[in-house]
Amino acid sequence: MDQSVTPHEHHIMPVKAYLAVVSCLFVFTAITVLAAFIDLGWINTPLALTIAIFKATVVVLFFMHVRYNSPLMWVVSGSGFFFLLILLSLTMQDYVSRGWEASPPVAG
Amino acid sequence: MTDHAHSGPLQHHFDDLHQQYEAANMGMWAFIAQEIMFFGGLFGGYTVYRYKYLSAFVEGSNSLPIELGALNTAVLIASSFTMAMAVRCAQQGLAQALLRWLLGTMALGLIFLGVKVVEYSHKYHHGLIPGSAFDYHGQADPGQMKIFYSFYFAMTGMHALHMIIGVGLMIWLIPKIRRGTFTSEYFSPIENFGLYWHFVDIVWIFLFPLLYLIGREPWISL
Repeated sequence: MDQSVTPHEHHIMPVKAYLAVVSCLFVFTAITVLAAFIDLGWINTPLALTIAIFKATVVVLFFMHVRYNSPLMWVVSGSGFFFLLILLSLTMQDYVSRGWEASPPVAG
Repeated sequence: MTDHAHSGPLQHHFDDLHQQYEAANMGMWAFIAQEIMFFGGLFGGYTVYRYKYLSAFVEGSNSLPIELGALNTAVLIASSFTMAMAVRCAQQGLAQALLRWLLGTMALGLIFLGVKVVEYSHKYHHGLIPGSAFDYHGQADPGQMKIFYSFYFAMTGMHALHMIIGVGLMIWLIPKIRRGTFTSEYFSPIENFGLYWHFVDIVWIFLFPLLYLIGREPWISL
């Protein structure tokens, strides 16, 4: 299959590549489920999240064709994830640094 | 994306089909960026409350059926594959094959929603819908558990709503495919619907570990 991309042609990925991508996603789903049943101490949560980020990256790059898009589209598609990172990190740095404040009571 | 029976798929304000394709692609990614921020609010809220009420959230995760969550993850990944194949057929102008892959995608989407119905009705019968009838009997504080289940229903419910909209969009696309609207030169609606469907898959890829997996009681200790 021709892998070259001219500006007016759409990149068509071979079926084998899609099969490899979907197999990879199935394998890592199995790994993350199995890992949840093994006591790895503090590693369990970061491992589950790392696998999720890896799976999402594979979907974005290949199923969503970002790997074959123009540099401008890399910036556009990356911007949403970048601002999500800002939202989560700035929120959490505020909460984790206020450990002296008790959690508000919750009405049962 | 209106059809112009006599002027073809090219809209008058674009120079050529490629420019139109690029603009549609960028517009779709701008929409997805908005969707990331929308779901980001829910993920941010979940993270803060999980940090605040860790033991209740861990107990909540253990109360969710991991086998149904894993099954649905597999179903959605398979539907992303069929969707990618549908877009691939659209790129080549294979309308019949495109239709078949899209119907396969829709079937998998409906299986996902069916499993979700099973999970939700189980929660309903066990009094785990947050509200005045919330009836939790466990170690954790019922009020904190109510917050866990509020996040569970808000996040999975918003995700399921996106799936339902996705199925609706496929129903809208099918007659267009039958009419031969899409060719190897013009298939942006299929491509952009694919981007939407894959994005909904990505949301679930994060919901599954956050709700079902992390903090689970391990069976094997090393």
